[in-house]
Amino acid sequence: MESFVVHEGLVAPMDRANVDTDLIMPKQFLKSIRRSGFGPNLFDDLRYLDEGVPDADNSNRPINPDFPLNFPRYQGASILLTRENFGCGSSREHAPWALVDYGFRAIIAPSFADIFRSNCFKNGLLPIALDSSVVDQLFAALYENEGFSLSIDLERQVVAGSGFDRIAFEVDAFRKDCLLRGLDDIDITLQSEAAIRRFEAKHKELFPWVFDKVSI
Amino acid sequence: MGQTLYDKLWASHLVEEREDGTALIYIDRQLLHEVTSPQAFEGLRLAGRQPWRISANVAVPDHNVSTVAAERSQGLAGVQDDVSRIQLQTLDDNCADFGIPEIPLDDIRQGIVHVMGPEQGATLPGMTIVCGDSHTSTHGALGALAHGIGTSEVEHVLATGCLIQRKMQNFRITVEGDLNPGVTAKDIALAIIGRIGTAGGTGCAIEFAGSAITGLSMEGRMTLCNMAIEAGARAGLVAVDDITLNYVRGTPWAPTGEQWEKAENYWGTLRSDADAVFDREIAVPAKEIVPQVTWGTSPEMVVGVDGRVPTLDEMPSETAQSGLQRALEYMGLEPGMLITDIRPDVIFIGSCTNSRIEDIRAAAAVLKGRQIASSIKQALVVPGSGVVKAQAEAEGLHQIFIDAGMEWREPGCSMCLAMNADKLEPGQRCASTSNRNFEGRQGAGGRTHLVSPAMAAAAAVAGHFVAVEHLEEAV
Repeated sequence: MESFVVHEGLVAPMDRANVDTDLIMPKQFLKSIRRSGFGPNLFDDLRYLDEGVPDADNSNRPINPDFPLNFPRYQGASILLTRENFGCGSSREHAPWALVDYGFRAIIAPSFADIFRSNCFKNGLLPIALDSSVVDQLFAALYENEGFSLSIDLERQVVAGSGFDRIAFEVDAFRKDCLLRGLDDIDITLQSEAAIRRFEAKHKELFPWVFDKVSI
Repeated sequence: MGQTLYDKLWASHLVEEREDGTALIYIDRQLLHEVTSPQAFEGLRLAGRQPWRISANVAVPDHNVSTVAAERSQGLAGVQDDVSRIQLQTLDDNCADFGIPEIPLDDIRQGIVHVMGPEQGATLPGMTIVCGDSHTSTHGALGALAHGIGTSEVEHVLATGCLIQRKMQNFRITVEGDLNPGVTAKDIALAIIGRIGTAGGTGCAIEFAGSAITGLSMEGRMTLCNMAIEAGARAGLVAVDDITLNYVRGTPWAPTGEQWEKAENYWGTLRSDADAVFDREIAVPAKEIVPQVTWGTSPEMVVGVDGRVPTLDEMPSETAQSGLQRALEYMGLEPGMLITDIRPDVIFIGSCTNSRIEDIRAAAAVLKGRQIASSIKQALVVPGSGVVKAQAEAEGLHQIFIDAGMEWREPGCSMCLAMNADKLEPGQRCASTSNRNFEGRQGAGGRTHLVSPAMAAAAAVAGHFVAVEHLEEAV
């Protein structure tokens, strides 16, 4: 996983609440057996005027000129600013894969859905929850100032930018450490292999039926 | 202090807890399907890892399968779309390579992973259960701790047998009293989501309790826990009782003999202690719940069938107002219009929420001897598994649907998420027994109204939404 220490980047808006993972990554693209290449189909239904199909060339498709991510001023954005309960719905990790593949490194919102937030951390994408009043101020600043960018310091847990001095944010200590060092969860867990084996042996004594292999 | 059901399940699977509050939780069962597993298997391969414990896993294809009998009879060769066929083939190949038991596409036990699991006894009370699908919360109906997870976590569970978690909050929702006529588990779920919102359960395991819940069948409890994720909660739970034990007894993979005795004794303890303390509690009196219909693009945008689409001045905030405006525009509805004036074009009875035998029976009971309205362009009934299909056919229910003018299909996820060919055309309006009414969920530009199976059947007959008890007057 790519580490996340300090990131400075252009901010783009997704100004609505309850953005679900179907909207972030529509179902037809979930047929892929790969982990990459989802960026061109991020927000596909909103971004293009026609219906997207998997494995197609997206470069000649008609662009929706009213969708902010298509505005010239937001090209190259790497921080997404959005509203509450971002990422609700399906557990599809294709949603964070698409956001990362598009070029986002962080998402700022008043709140995130649980499974989506967990999926973000596993892909080097930092979800930052800020008070909705602060998010309102960030939206106002973003709309007012072309080229509005923010810098995020994960070590110090602060967001800063023009007109915003130091906005502190909370982050799970374990997730923070993994992101800072770009650590893989599986390697960390396997450091506890002996503890898992011990637990498993005891668990098997208590609940032997759990360990029967199903017969197909 | 007493423990909640969630506390007990957590404690009995806690491998280790770190100082920062994260914990390793042992996973008893992982269910796998074709959509969220290929990248996880690929990750194992790239790292040269083997599954931690083969017997933890069961796989079944469901999301991407055809529901057309003529295509299904040819197995994988009958899958028309190349990309879908490759994904299904990849599941078969991965299961064969790693030795993971898989129920094949042509097996009678094949079905939606959350229907197959409890039906086969692959998921049992007291287990920790994960699957790369948010509706894994369904299995909490058995008194199990069941979460949806992402693909990286699927790989993590495959490789380590564990999941990294933080303990969730305990949230109890109590529904006491007798249910009103026509009110089902689906209506209870939607009414709760309407009250607490789609983020109302974020960070929580929701335990459903009260006489209206304990009075539900296992099928009903599964519908309710299935929808816990639509309230933002990763896990839903119902305590184990005789209804649970009677359901589990006799499922093919349930323990037998001495093991059953031992298991049954343990499962009987899977309930919150009387003095357990919950972080949050709400009560929703059963008498306040009527049959529900969603009108918007989020499951929380819901109202009773006797109600109206809301108006802008009823919205509490600017974000909510713009949300309402966008939803109504997408849905092609007017503020303040009667729910009974909404006319669906398509009927979908199916999904991991409502495709079990009780759901099929409820829809058939409404449709018996009736015809669907001429304005209905397509009406699909998609049983949740081959076992449900066979049972329904043994009861003659399929003939009721066919006689009414509906299509009786092969099992799969189908039009709930429209990954296969079963999808809405842009602008089409669907009365659906599924779980999500998001924009484009059932097909780009499609409009979804979530209802119970009986309400979907009534809408099919009347050509508009109507309470089942008023159906006679409506046709």
